[in-house]
Amino acid sequence: MSVTPTASPSRPADPTQAADLEAVRRAISTTARPAPASPLSSVLTFSWRAMLKIKHVPEQLLDVTITPVMFVLMFTYLFGGAVAGSTAAYLDYILPGILVMSVLFTTVYSGVGLNTDLTRGVVDRFRSLPIWRSAPLLGPMLGDSVRYVLAGVVIIVLGVALGYRPEAGIGGVVAALALVVVFSFGLSWVFTTLGLLMRTPMAVMNAGFMALFPLTFLSNVFVDPATLPAPLEAFVDVNPISILATAARGLMEGTAVGGDIAVVLAVALGLTLVFLPITTHLYRRG
Amino acid sequence: MASQAHLAIEATGLVKRFGETSAVDGVDLAVHPGTVYGVLGPNGAGKTTTIRMLATLIRPDEGTARVLGHDVVTEAAAVRASVSLTGQLASVDEDLTGRENLILLGRLLGLKRQDAKNRATELLEAFGLSEASGRLVKHFSGGMRRRLDIAASIVVTPQLMFLDEPTTGLDPRSRNQVWEIVRALVAEGTTILLCTQYLEEADQLAGRIAVIDHGRVIAEGTPSQLKASVGSGSLHVRLMNPEQRPEAERLLEHALGTVVLEADPAALSATCAGGDDATLALSRLSSSGVRVADFSLGQPTLDEVFLALTGHPADAPDDGSTSLQEEHAV
Repeated sequence: MSVTPTASPSRPADPTQAADLEAVRRAISTTARPAPASPLSSVLTFSWRAMLKIKHVPEQLLDVTITPVMFVLMFTYLFGGAVAGSTAAYLDYILPGILVMSVLFTTVYSGVGLNTDLTRGVVDRFRSLPIWRSAPLLGPMLGDSVRYVLAGVVIIVLGVALGYRPEAGIGGVVAALALVVVFSFGLSWVFTTLGLLMRTPMAVMNAGFMALFPLTFLSNVFVDPATLPAPLEAFVDVNPISILATAARGLMEGTAVGGDIAVVLAVALGLTLVFLPITTHLYRRG
Repeated sequence: MASQAHLAIEATGLVKRFGETSAVDGVDLAVHPGTVYGVLGPNGAGKTTTIRMLATLIRPDEGTARVLGHDVVTEAAAVRASVSLTGQLASVDEDLTGRENLILLGRLLGLKRQDAKNRATELLEAFGLSEASGRLVKHFSGGMRRRLDIAASIVVTPQLMFLDEPTTGLDPRSRNQVWEIVRALVAEGTTILLCTQYLEEADQLAGRIAVIDHGRVIAEGTPSQLKASVGSGSLHVRLMNPEQRPEAERLLEHALGTVVLEADPAALSATCAGGDDATLALSRLSSSGVRVADFSLGQPTLDEVFLALTGHPADAPDDGSTSLQEEHAV
């Protein structure tokens, strides 16, 4: 049987930092209970948490910066000559495409992050708090958008360094990036749903990429679909990722079609309306 | 505010099924305000599932529960507004620092930014964590993590705290610190529902104890009533020669009563009312030529409590995952 030190409340704090029981009693005797945080304030607090996580482990951003750099260099120099006749010509086509692909791939991390939370006990605490149900899910969007924007900026800067000159200038580039980010918010709810259904963060990551790889390659991100067999071309033409890539190219080149942009926004809204409630329900249910 | 006339927790016939298994199979609880109520049982008995229903994390399949006068299903928001939960897995964010964890919770509970910071400083000092406050929680020791967890539960003083196995996996010194903190919280009038696998812990802290097995309450009462029903203590004996254990078992059974053979082939223990009985039993062993290497007189273990109450030992799968182990029952 272990020796129990007698708990005298006035015992001085020992140098190895024990709890000061008198102070604990003082701390709990504070009975004033503030009004619960507003929905906006809860969302912003969860955003702050997401930013702190990036601050503490900035290396996690390497993933979203190095991969796009690799893609840009590889596709431009490896396939450019074969696909478009010259690397310069292909860069004009592929850069907006890689912007779309890289940012979309980043959405998988929303699901991975949520699943990582679930494997620990902290979610139980959040779920037992008197806060707006969707706040723990909407808050991380700020951290996510940092990743999206960072990946986008890296790609665009690299493209410009390699000779890419968007016709529509900075305004067009910003508009294209904004459109991709908005679509990514919508898509990320699919992966947060997956994140709540699957057992491990790794499984979420695998499932996410397994879905995104074919969808991205079967789009017009890499090649002009006019060369494809007819059934494949038909699929590629209606693939929302194609429409997003076309709209992003259009915005950067100043030839954007309002209809494409509307479709992209509608798909993003639709995904949010379907998957945000599912995610919220699954999160609450635990 | 729960008046003294009302129970802090009143649960009737709670049932929770996972697939075919009933993790909780008709639990009734009545907890008076300002007391520590212990829920004692092995892994898989349904303790965590019960706590999760009372803390509004999962809905009961049958039965009702009122916490501080509010129904856990229909008035879940009101329950959440006045309780706090310290889960079995430490309910703090490992990827943030100790200070950030407390500020985060303060902000979510509605404190203004500066108030949340001040409260974090106050709690870090009170819980002996100010030196480590800037360190990421994943680098905390188990004891520090538990203290932070409890501090996080009182960022805004709750009327009722759920503590799920607060000392599992802690070394004795850290465990004693957690016990002292719990006593300090109770001294200020907080109601605590404490789940534990350790009879000693329930005995030390709780005013009443419910023993739970296979999702049912199999005994309820004060610690002394409970111990009286299982014998107030037990005599543990380790023999010089394991081959003499059957002989020792026969002698102890005759002198004391129920005997448990331990995992160590040379060890066994028997329920024992007091020191005199133990002395008598030991002299019987010695006069019959059974040589004793060492012995100790202690409180009954959870195993012995279960053996006395149910006739079978507590099966305790050593499984860290809450959801899986809750499905294990039966």
